[in-house]
Amino acid sequence: MSELLNPTFWEPFGLTIKLAFITTFFLYLVGIPIAYYLAYTKFRFRAVLEAIIAMPLVLPPSVLGFYFLLAFSQNGFLGALWKDLFGHQLAFHFDGLVIGSIIFSLPFMVHPLLSGFKAMDKFQIEAAHTMGKGKFQTLLKVILPAIKSSLATGGVISFAHTVGEFGVVLMIGGNIDGETKVASIAIYNEVEALNYSMAHSYSLILFAFSFAILWLVYVKLGNEVKGSFHA
Amino acid sequence: MLEISISKKLLGATGVIDFELICNFEKEEFWTIFGESGIGKTTLLRMIAGLETPDKGSIKMDGEVWFDSEKKINLIPQKRKVGFVFQNYALFENMSVLQNLLFAQPHKNISKAEEILEAMGLLALKERVPNTLSGGQRQRVALARSIAQEPKILLLDEPLSALDALTRSRLQDELKKTHEIFKLTSLMVSHDRLEVFKLSDQVLWLKEGKIFQIGKPKEIFLSKTSSSKFSFEGEILNIEKKDVIYVVTIGIDKQIVEVVVDESEVQELQVGNIINVSTKAFAPIIKIR
Repeated sequence: MSELLNPTFWEPFGLTIKLAFITTFFLYLVGIPIAYYLAYTKFRFRAVLEAIIAMPLVLPPSVLGFYFLLAFSQNGFLGALWKDLFGHQLAFHFDGLVIGSIIFSLPFMVHPLLSGFKAMDKFQIEAAHTMGKGKFQTLLKVILPAIKSSLATGGVISFAHTVGEFGVVLMIGGNIDGETKVASIAIYNEVEALNYSMAHSYSLILFAFSFAILWLVYVKLGNEVKGSFHA
Repeated sequence: MLEISISKKLLGATGVIDFELICNFEKEEFWTIFGESGIGKTTLLRMIAGLETPDKGSIKMDGEVWFDSEKKINLIPQKRKVGFVFQNYALFENMSVLQNLLFAQPHKNISKAEEILEAMGLLALKERVPNTLSGGQRQRVALARSIAQEPKILLLDEPLSALDALTRSRLQDELKKTHEIFKLTSLMVSHDRLEVFKLSDQVLWLKEGKIFQIGKPKEIFLSKTSSSKFSFEGEILNIEKKDVIYVVTIGIDKQIVEVVVDESEVQELQVGNIINVSTKAFAPIIKIR
C-alpha cells in the first residue's frame, strides 16, 4: 500500500480529472451551438453533419487515434499550425489530448442536448420572440434553463466518457509522465511491466470512481438520463 | 386599426385550403375568430404575430406596415409588438410569476408589473413558479404576461379550451373584465358559440378559409332565417317509428328531447343531421340546415 502515499502514483488521476474537466468545458462551448443549429435550422446536408458527429460512436478508437496522430504531428495540418502558434506540436502533448477528447466525446454531448432542444416547447420560444427577445437572449434566458437536465446529462456523460477513454489517448498521447499518462494508460503500462499490484490499485480506484459518477447520475437525474446512454 | 388583406395555401385535414381574408379590425374592440378547427384560425393569429408568413398580401397596424409581399416587407415578431396567449400558455417554468411578467416587459418595471397582477387578482401568487399553479391560474398569468408586453394588439389562441366548464365560464367573465380595464384590441380564436357570444364585440366567422359572416354576435348567432323566437340547433340522435308517427330524438347542447314528426317530414332526416328545432305556434318545426 505504500505506493498510495507516493505523489507520482496519483499523477495519472490528476491528469485524467484535469483532462475531463477541460474537455467537458469546451464540449459545452462547441456542443450547444451545434445541437442548437441541428435542432432549429433546416438545411440540406443535415444528415451528413449528423453522421460526422456520430462517427466516434462506431469507429474503433484506434482509427480515430491514427488520423488524429497524422493531423496532430508537426507534419500534419493542425500540428504544424499549433507549432507556429504555441511552439509545440499537438501529438504527445496534453493539448492534443484535449482536442482529441473533444472530438471523440462530441456525440455524448451533442445527442442529449439535441433531444433537449427538440423536446423544448416551441411556443415558449415563440412567446419570447413576440416579447422582443432575440435568438441569443431566448437561448440564454428561456431555452437553456428549460433543458437543464439535458445539459447536466451531456456534461456528466462526456466527463465520464473522457475519464474512460483509452484507445485515442494512447494513439495520440503516448505515455509521457505528467503530460499524457492518464489513469487508463497507467494501468496498461503496469500490466505490460507485469506490475500487477500497481495495476490493481489504479483499476480499483478507477472502477470505484466510475461507479460513483454513474450512481450519482442515476440518483440525481433519474429517468431522463438513462436513455441518453444509448443515444 | 389592424388592416389585413392576405392569402395563403393551408394544408388542412381535408386537403389544401385557400385561405383568403380581407378585414379591418377596429381599435379597442374584442374580436373573435369563430369557425371549425383546421380552417386557419390559429394560422391567422400566427401570421399577424409574424410567426408564419402569408403567401401574398399585406398586414398593417396603425399605418405601420408589418407585412407586404409586393414591397418585400416582413417584420420579425420581435418588432411587431403583439401579445400572444398560446393554447398551452407557454409560461417560462424557470421563472416566478412576477419574473415572467418582467421578462415580457419592454422596459423592466416592477411596480407596473405588480399593478397588472393586482388588477387581475394574481398578486398573492407573484413568487410562485408556474408548475405549482392550477390551470385557471396559469391561464390568467399568461394573460397578465401578455398585457405586460404593452402590445398594440392581443392575440388569444383558444385561451380557455384546456379548462373545465366551471373554470372556463368564470374566466370568460374575467377575460371580459380584463378587456374593459386595459382596452386592448383583442383577437380571440374560439369554436365555442356561448363563449363567443359572451365575450365579443365583433365576430369573424370563417368557413373553408373564407369569411362566412362578420358582425356583432347578436346579428350572427340569432338566426334571421326563421321568424320564430324559440329556436335551437341540435343533432339527430335517433329516429324511431311508432305506429303511424315517427319519434325523433335530438340532442340540443346538453339536453336530449323527443319530437314527433310525420312520415313526409322524416323522409329527409337522418341520424347525425345538424338541424334547427323551432316552434311556431305550438308545433315544433324541424328543418335541415
